[in-house]
Amino acid sequence: MDDLISDFLTEANESLEVIDIELVRFEGHPGDRPALDKIFRLVHTLKGTCGFLGLGRLESLAHAGETLLGRFRDGKLQVSGEAVTLVLRSIDRIKLVIDGLGATGTEPAGDDSDLIAALEAMAMGAPGVETPASAPEPEPEQQVEGYDPVLGRALRPGEVSTADLDAAFAAAEGPVDSAPPALTEPSAAIADPRPVGTVEEDAAPIAATQSIRVGVDVLEDMMTLVSELVLTRNQLLQINRGRTDDSFSPPLQRLSTITGELQDSVMKTRMQPIGQAWKKLPRIIRDLANELDKKIDLVLEGEATELDRQVLEQIRDPLTHMVRNSADHGLEGPADRRTAGKAETGTIHLSAYHEGGSIVIRLRDDGRGLDTARIREKAIEKGLLTRSDAEALSESQVHRLIFAPGFSTAAAITNVSGRGVGMDVVRSNIEQIGGQIDLQSTFGSGCTVTIKIPLTLAIISALIVGASGERFAVPQGAVLELIKIGDGAEHRTEVIEQVRMVRLREELVPLIDLGAELGLPQTSQPNFVMIMKVGSHRFGVMVEEVIDTEEIVVKPLASVLRGISVFSGATLLGDGSVVLIIEPNGLAQRAGEMPLAARRAIDAAATNDDDAKIERKTMLLVRVGSGALKAVELGQITRLEHVPVGELQHLGSRAALQYRGKLMPVLCVDEDQRLKTEGVQPMLVVAGMLYTMGLAVDRIVDVVETPVTIELSPTKTGIIGTALINGRATEIIDLDHFMIMALAEHARTGPASQAGQAQEAA
Amino acid sequence: MSVRDYVTVRVGGHLFGIEALSIQDVFYPRNITPVPLAAHEILGVLNLRGRIVTAVCARRRLGLQPREAGAPEPKAVGIEVGGDNYGLIVDQVESVMKLDSDEMIPPPDNLPPRWAEIIPGVFRLPDSLLVIFDAPRLLTAGLQLGVAA
Repeated sequence: MDDLISDFLTEANESLEVIDIELVRFEGHPGDRPALDKIFRLVHTLKGTCGFLGLGRLESLAHAGETLLGRFRDGKLQVSGEAVTLVLRSIDRIKLVIDGLGATGTEPAGDDSDLIAALEAMAMGAPGVETPASAPEPEPEQQVEGYDPVLGRALRPGEVSTADLDAAFAAAEGPVDSAPPALTEPSAAIADPRPVGTVEEDAAPIAATQSIRVGVDVLEDMMTLVSELVLTRNQLLQINRGRTDDSFSPPLQRLSTITGELQDSVMKTRMQPIGQAWKKLPRIIRDLANELDKKIDLVLEGEATELDRQVLEQIRDPLTHMVRNSADHGLEGPADRRTAGKAETGTIHLSAYHEGGSIVIRLRDDGRGLDTARIREKAIEKGLLTRSDAEALSESQVHRLIFAPGFSTAAAITNVSGRGVGMDVVRSNIEQIGGQIDLQSTFGSGCTVTIKIPLTLAIISALIVGASGERFAVPQGAVLELIKIGDGAEHRTEVIEQVRMVRLREELVPLIDLGAELGLPQTSQPNFVMIMKVGSHRFGVMVEEVIDTEEIVVKPLASVLRGISVFSGATLLGDGSVVLIIEPNGLAQRAGEMPLAARRAIDAAATNDDDAKIERKTMLLVRVGSGALKAVELGQITRLEHVPVGELQHLGSRAALQYRGKLMPVLCVDEDQRLKTEGVQPMLVVAGMLYTMGLAVDRIVDVVETPVTIELSPTKTGIIGTALINGRATEIIDLDHFMIMALAEHARTGPASQAGQAQEAA
Repeated sequence: MSVRDYVTVRVGGHLFGIEALSIQDVFYPRNITPVPLAAHEILGVLNLRGRIVTAVCARRRLGLQPREAGAPEPKAVGIEVGGDNYGLIVDQVESVMKLDSDEMIPPPDNLPPRWAEIIPGVFRLPDSLLVIFDAPRLLTAGLQLGVAA
């Protein structure tokens, strides 16, 4: 392809991205003069270049767009969503033509007269277009943007006014202060923060010498070469270690330092601000907001945070997808938000920052959050889990189900998302690059997705460990800590229900044996545990020895080995041997049976004997009857209600309540407890799968987050056992017991209709 | 008439031919790092001048007996498939033969299935048969399925 054309394509694509962003901003702030000037200038430049290169189709499109923008600029036309949409549409058309140009080297054939006519009509204040009251009086000639006082006539399409021409010359050649008054705010153009690396001839000629364009393939080659150099250096260092003569040491040290510095510099050339991956987001959100009839504010933070361009490419699509998801599923419409007592405009907050050798990207929305009950139901419906498994999962485990393949909770498949390929693909893309994804959601107040990804993929520091006589490399970023186990060590492991665990600061961490997990015969006792965290799930990996830490160059495995999810690649060590690189996510998945089984084992152990289970939980403390303080895990409670006693219906010895249109049984927790006879009755509402029940209590005391160790006392009905909370013995309510009782109540008071109705509600 | 070079290798007493153009180098496979969970036919990975080579055992691939103790050190034929480097481990690399590919005849129908998919044809030599390997298929076809993960 012609060099001129390919340069033009690069520049045009960059300009178009900026125009997208600025237009969306401008639409929100019609008074933003610098934004408009910037858009105008970019479109103008585009038009000029197209004319110069003889690209007629692009030129006339750009010209029509510019005319409309000019009318905004002169204040002759009020900025309306409709008008901006039209400009954006023409930008899209320009992109289309440019794509065609990129593919074939010539402008694709096509007719743009529809768009051009619409743009011109809009510019002239066509019927149906809002124009300010002051504009309608005809101001002959002067009102036309293209009127050139020097020529004394209106400009023909595509013709540039003498003043503009002068301006262009002045701007190209000399200092900007000589720019003629034809440019309204020339200083605005200079003050523009401009991404480093873009070269624009019209406004900042000096910047051209500060950066140059380099082909991506050149950078990739450099990276490969530096990787090889690092390997060779490692090899030399290894050889030198075994030598008695140390005459090589000083130059080797020097070589080593220089190699390190060279590696850093080459890495730097690959670094790009993450804002590159966000450029399209404002436009996407704007279009989505229109399409979905929502009000959405997109806040971007930390755009300048840099990361490797290879990583950047990998996260671009997942990020876009997640933002779309937030806008579509996460945020409510204005009416719903008002009802929920929130501002009509929903906010999507995207931020990025560095943390150690990783970059953390956080996407937060203040929407409705995840509906745990619905996800649970959906997972059962889709056959991902059995009902009893689903019941056993904690809230955050349920939330993570949205990352499961083929899972989608969207009630209806919309144009935007909900096809069930979403978060699954997002997760696998993130994990492919050694990243982790996690999510926290609070029902009703929003959802936060946190992604942690390595800064670069090419060279990582790794722990070299030995298992079953083989060596493996484990990315250091994945290892939280390393502890010693075995004889005489501080930590000891124990086997609970066939799952080996280690007690680490009051917590039980399930263990897997690396060698055994890889199907290798055991050669000696494991001596170390690498504590790893994948998502929110923490586990320990037992290895026999920890040999070294080394900077390793990740090399891909051959295609016949790529299916083995526990390995992400291979690397060469200093001694020339090949070791396999462990992929923590793959290991976690392979050991995937383990966490649930382990948790069950802990639970089972807790019910069978005195063994305690320690976990931090948010507990709701309540006072019931005369006995000890009672507690229940807050996450299991759907709502807390204070019901006026008059609303309680007494059916013989039992009580019930009309709750959300259905009759709900109200149970007492303790035998010596009496329902209140005046005032309000506090109660815990628990929504089960098929029905809802109320659990009357005397008083709601407190909510505390605390490590809970339940000592079992199976003698008392309705109580699982006791736990020490805030230093006081507290009885833990057995909700399952009451759910069964409530089911019996339902069966008595009219099973079919009640159950059916309640099912709809659940 | 289209004469091609075939490198002949010996595996478990049988003679096989591989098109010479597809072969990059011949080397002794040493320091093989086993890859757990990989297909049985894959012996592991090794370092060949800075490249990572996946070693595939021809005997295992053909379902032959393992090598006898005390047999000479095996050799590897280096072949690139789809950008990845593979080494086919054989008992011996013998010679290069010029053969007219028009004279290649289809393999006999009674070949075991695991041979049939990797053998495009056979040459009738004066005193024996020369079975030709389709090297890319030999090194990759079906091996992913052996993954236990």
